[in-house]
Amino acid sequence: MKLLVEIVVKRKKGVSDPEGNTISEALQRLGYDSIDKVRTAKLFSIEIDADNLADAKKTVMEIADKVLANPVIENFSIIDIEEMN
Amino acid sequence: MKTGVVIFPGSNCDRDTHRALSSLNNMVDLRGSCSVKFLWHNDYELDDVDLIVLPGGFSYGDYLRTGAFARFSPIMKAVVGFANKGGLVLGICNGFQILLEANLLPGAMLPNSSLRFICDWVDIRVENSDTPFTYGMKKGDILKMPIAHFEGNFFADDNKINEIENDNSVVFRYCNARGEVNLKSNPNGSINNIAGIMNKRGNVLGMMPHPERASDDILGSNDGKGIFISALNWLKR
Repeated sequence: MKLLVEIVVKRKKGVSDPEGNTISEALQRLGYDSIDKVRTAKLFSIEIDADNLADAKKTVMEIADKVLANPVIENFSIIDIEEMN
Repeated sequence: MKTGVVIFPGSNCDRDTHRALSSLNNMVDLRGSCSVKFLWHNDYELDDVDLIVLPGGFSYGDYLRTGAFARFSPIMKAVVGFANKGGLVLGICNGFQILLEANLLPGAMLPNSSLRFICDWVDIRVENSDTPFTYGMKKGDILKMPIAHFEGNFFADDNKINEIENDNSVVFRYCNARGEVNLKSNPNGSINNIAGIMNKRGNVLGMMPHPERASDDILGSNDGKGIFISALNWLKR
């Protein structure tokens, strides 16, 4: 089956996010007083051939651990898996 | 002595580094001669080199993260093997970022706190003179060198930073012209003004400033040359 897996890589807590800080400051300047904090992240959409969901998940987690994320500063999690038509 | 400069697709300081190393050949204070060769990212062999330099640039476009793909190039397997056997490895700028991704050095790089690419001269202070790369220098010496990077904001978690500091693994810190290390002399937000660190064993050094761009009086500084001379004299000691 062909699956579409979406995985998010974001910086760990305590790791500074200069881009997120700049965005939240800009939003506050624009008058959005309710915004406290913005954190940025990367989203990867991966098309994968797999026998089942579990296999696809396993491969994508392995890829994320090895390549997509740097474990020193980043965490990752799969946010969506769906079968493609 | 034989030195090798690795070329990755997107390296852009390889020739400067080659030139800086080659210029040492005629130096009086260098013990012996110095031959320099290029090593290609797709090669599996290092031949017999005594020092490997990973130069600055944008290896593999620096897509995903700086150094993220260079780490997986064939030559890096050989470089990791060489480092694990105690061989001298120097990573400059992008080379430093590659060493971090390859787990040869601890920590990671974040974008500069200013979110700007910084191309400027900085002063760095020698924090540890008991390394192959600062051999013959004194603790507290100030070196003037250029930096040119977007991601030079060195990060490691508190435990790791304590470990790095306790092991005396910080080799260079950004400082001002008087050698003072403070917030103002920190160009990129790097923790504890760290500009260069080495591994525990002391044979692998990563630094963001460019010694090869400070290796000729006509460039504005000759201080960078000292790092290459140190490494080569250390090998010949």
